[in-house]
Amino acid sequence: MNAAPTTAIGAHNAKIMNRFELTQRLVGHLKREEAVIGGIGNANFDLWASGLRAQNFYMLGSMGLAIPIAVGVAIAQPRRHVIALEGDGSLLMQLGCLATVAERSLKNLTIVIWDNGIYQITGSQPTASAESADLVAIARGAGIAESAWAADEDDFDRLIASALKGGGPCFIAARIDDKPAVGTTERDPVQIRERFMRGLGARPNQTG
Amino acid sequence: MTYTQTQTTSWHDIVLDRLKANDVRLVVYVPDRVFTPLIKAIHADSFFTAFATTREEEALGIIAGAWMGGLRGAVLMQTSGFGTIPNALASLIVPSQIPALIFVSERGTLGEFNLGQALVCKTMRPVLNSLAVENITITRQDELAFILDRSIKQAVATQAPVTFILSPLLTGGKVFNGQTP
Repeated sequence: MNAAPTTAIGAHNAKIMNRFELTQRLVGHLKREEAVIGGIGNANFDLWASGLRAQNFYMLGSMGLAIPIAVGVAIAQPRRHVIALEGDGSLLMQLGCLATVAERSLKNLTIVIWDNGIYQITGSQPTASAESADLVAIARGAGIAESAWAADEDDFDRLIASALKGGGPCFIAARIDDKPAVGTTERDPVQIRERFMRGLGARPNQTG
Repeated sequence: MTYTQTQTTSWHDIVLDRLKANDVRLVVYVPDRVFTPLIKAIHADSFFTAFATTREEEALGIIAGAWMGGLRGAVLMQTSGFGTIPNALASLIVPSQIPALIFVSERGTLGEFNLGQALVCKTMRPVLNSLAVENITITRQDELAFILDRSIKQAVATQAPVTFILSPLLTGGKVFNGQTP
């Protein structure tokens, strides 16, 4: 992992990238039916737009709970890698979960944060990460040693490939632009949950 | 049901026993004084994975994920913590039809000394009823095993959450020492 120290958002050199492009890159790394929890809002919409997978859970509410849901899946299925995709605003709503993630020390868990410094979906009000809060420093301070900013697209690819080897928990943050999401998730929570459970093989006597 | 009650059996022995009998292996909690003997017993039993979270809605998110991954979980909290979870109930647990097992140590009644606890307590049942979430207040130890056993099975069979409100009549509650101003 690239563990170069950073102090504040303005101080690090991470390139500003695009969420949909990075989401597609992430999905391209998934070869072993890894589970992905898409946080509410644009993280989830771009995950939807990157192609339907039975191992994706698309959140339609409960802002901030993508990481806790991923923790639950990772505990239930220790041999499957689990990825939480969350925005900066959602993470800031539930920072305590980072301490829980570090304490549980789940090797099969990766957290990916899309940080554009705004609450994009509600009118682009600035988040605390726009000027002052460094989300990677917060994650490292919570006890997640493998925490890094993705410097550019190639670095993002390297960090994801490394995380999927299972030495986690890993925390990868990417600075992204304010482009809108490419798609909009279908709003049917029961179907989303049921498809996900079948995708994880969690339904007894399921045939497919 | 195979459970037999003895004179030395306590409410927390029964809760632990029924969780095991129903294969509830994950217990996530925000600590509570009254629940301490239950939490200690769960930690001492290797059947369970148990840990504290920083927030009650975080605990609900974790057991939701665990259920979807094939592992049954329960959350433990006190009444004031319940006040932090309506959004997680209304936007995740209920619409996704997840059989979350929610245990609440009831504060705010039968001798409460903290006004804040008393007021949050008054919101709890109306919130659960407005969401049509099954909620059962348990006051008697002789009914505890039956209620837990049947309700856990119902939650799983109907894919719906259930809240067990453990009354001070069952647990003894937190005792007022008479020295607050």
